[in-house]
Amino acid sequence: MTRKLLSWEALLLFILIVVVLINVSLSPFYLGLNNQINLFQLSIEKIIVALAMTLIIINAEIDLSVASVMGLSACLLAYLHDQGQPFWLALVASLLVGAVAGAFNGFWIAYVGLPSLVVTLAGLIGYRGVASILLEDESIGNFPDWFEALGQRGLVGPVPFGLLLFFVGVVIVWVVLQRSAYGRTLYVIGNSANVARYSGVNVRRVKMSLFIISGVVSALAGILIAARLGAVRGSTAVGFELDIITMVLLGGVSIFGGSGTLTGVVLSTLIILNIRNGLSLVNISGNTQTGVIGLLLILSVLIPNWLQSVQTRWSRDHQAQAQAQAKGG
Amino acid sequence: MNTVRRAIRPEQIRELILVLIIFGAILFFGSQIENYYQPRTFTRIASSLAILAVVAVGQTMVVLMRNIDLSVGSIVGFTAYFVGRAVVANNEMSPAVVVLLAIVMGAGLGLVNGLVIAYGRVPAIITTLGTLAIYRSILVQFSDAQTIITSALPEWLVNLPQVDAFVVGEVEVKLIVLVAIVIVLIFQLVVAYLPWGRRLYAIGSNPDAAAMTGLPVRRMTISAYTLCGALSGLAGFLFLARFGTITVVAAQGLELQVVAAVVVGGVNTFGGSGTMLGALLGAVLIATLEQSLLRWRVVSEFWRDALLGLLILLAVATDSVVLARLRLLWARGEIEQL
Repeated sequence: MTRKLLSWEALLLFILIVVVLINVSLSPFYLGLNNQINLFQLSIEKIIVALAMTLIIINAEIDLSVASVMGLSACLLAYLHDQGQPFWLALVASLLVGAVAGAFNGFWIAYVGLPSLVVTLAGLIGYRGVASILLEDESIGNFPDWFEALGQRGLVGPVPFGLLLFFVGVVIVWVVLQRSAYGRTLYVIGNSANVARYSGVNVRRVKMSLFIISGVVSALAGILIAARLGAVRGSTAVGFELDIITMVLLGGVSIFGGSGTLTGVVLSTLIILNIRNGLSLVNISGNTQTGVIGLLLILSVLIPNWLQSVQTRWSRDHQAQAQAQAKGG
Repeated sequence: MNTVRRAIRPEQIRELILVLIIFGAILFFGSQIENYYQPRTFTRIASSLAILAVVAVGQTMVVLMRNIDLSVGSIVGFTAYFVGRAVVANNEMSPAVVVLLAIVMGAGLGLVNGLVIAYGRVPAIITTLGTLAIYRSILVQFSDAQTIITSALPEWLVNLPQVDAFVVGEVEVKLIVLVAIVIVLIFQLVVAYLPWGRRLYAIGSNPDAAAMTGLPVRRMTISAYTLCGALSGLAGFLFLARFGTITVVAAQGLELQVVAAVVVGGVNTFGGSGTMLGALLGAVLIATLEQSLLRWRVVSEFWRDALLGLLILLAVATDSVVLARLRLLWARGEIEQL
């Protein structure tokens, strides 16, 4: 029981309660359904992608291009719609472009063996570039009413489509991570790709599938943001990867791979959403909020590091003490 | 064949190919764009090259150690803006003080990066992703969204990009370009001949072994990042001089171009190999592409980023596949000799 209490997830829960309490003191309407739904809606696309990013970081990889794929799929959707193509075709194409982008990333990472940092950094630049080739400087929107309603209004009661997708996503990712063989292989590869390879895991195929999943999920998020905002620019979703990566790392998933739980990621997601909402309540601009998120990102690795070194020192002293006692006694 | 093998290393072949690619690009654009071969074109390329090259030198030092610095764009914007504000408030500041202010400011920001990475043991990608956001938001917060306008700046600063170092026939070599090239040369010598520079390569090629042999890895990380920050600060000063009007989004995205220049220039992201000259060549190619695309009617300027991403990929893939094979060939040659 004490183990559970001292875990990272418990710390996150504590922080979440503190943040919510602070926010409630700032605004009496904070816990109202409207505000809570709004709180999610503003970042719904990010938290969906964070679910996919969790899988990738557990696998000891990283995908910096997610925001650019979001932008690319949103831009492609707007472009095709603007060109007069049937909307369902545009939707399929947008999802497909995400799969293609993910497969492209996956090819260089899994089969050529390039580091995911550089490949997805190139992707971040490149896919954003393709998106801006499509839309240039314009802002294109004018989507069908049902599409925008899906993104902006509630589907089941007050709960919007995006939020429902998130809940479904949480369940799926939980099942994959905790109850499927695929999830186990993700952890093993994250701990040591070589061990996984020698144990018979097809590491290449797993990594390729992961990046394709990331691409498709990012494309889906791009479609959602197009629906929510009603209009798309070449710069849609720029910089989202910061929030997404912070959500995953703050949730206790190690950047080095091999460990982390979905519970932690969900908690950290809630923390970040509440922090952003709370900062908005006191009129702190989006830019400054980003700075706070950046600080959280660094702290999310700095503090566990520090705690670990304190713990090793404590246990070393403890061991030394015990040894001294044993000798003296 | 053996004398060739002994005289040239595979990395130098790569740099040679890069030079050929640059010439190829210039020839290509020259055939597509009218009036391309004017001194004006090269002056334009050189101006954006100066800023890119200075930051690339700092980034190279960091990448050689198997790290990365994504916050350079924010540092350049930060220093350009705040130095600009200082100069606007006090037009009488001497140029030396202004430059020094920019460098010290940048060095401070870089020092923070170095401390968090070295002592906090936070991976470089995470730290610099975070400081990218933090520095930019500090800039936005403390600027009150005011822009710096050229007319408020002193004459010498605004005219700096036009100042010629010397003129060779019709080609004017600008002072800022000369400064950038001198910096590249100085740091190339540092990295090739000074012990501090050689240690960068050692730490990058095998950090654990370097630590075990007693190299001061943490101190070197801090000094590399501080230098990178200082050079970014200098680039911020150049940025201020070049553009005059500085908004809060100044130099946003510069880090991507710098990483592209460094990677294309042959500096390996796994650390341990690459040269400043290579980074300079990479910066030349990137600057050439950027300026030429602006003037090429066939294809909009928006193709630049897509091309940049593709270039990085090709460069890293080539390094990983082709260079590895070449090195094997070279190594086999040496073994056969024994």
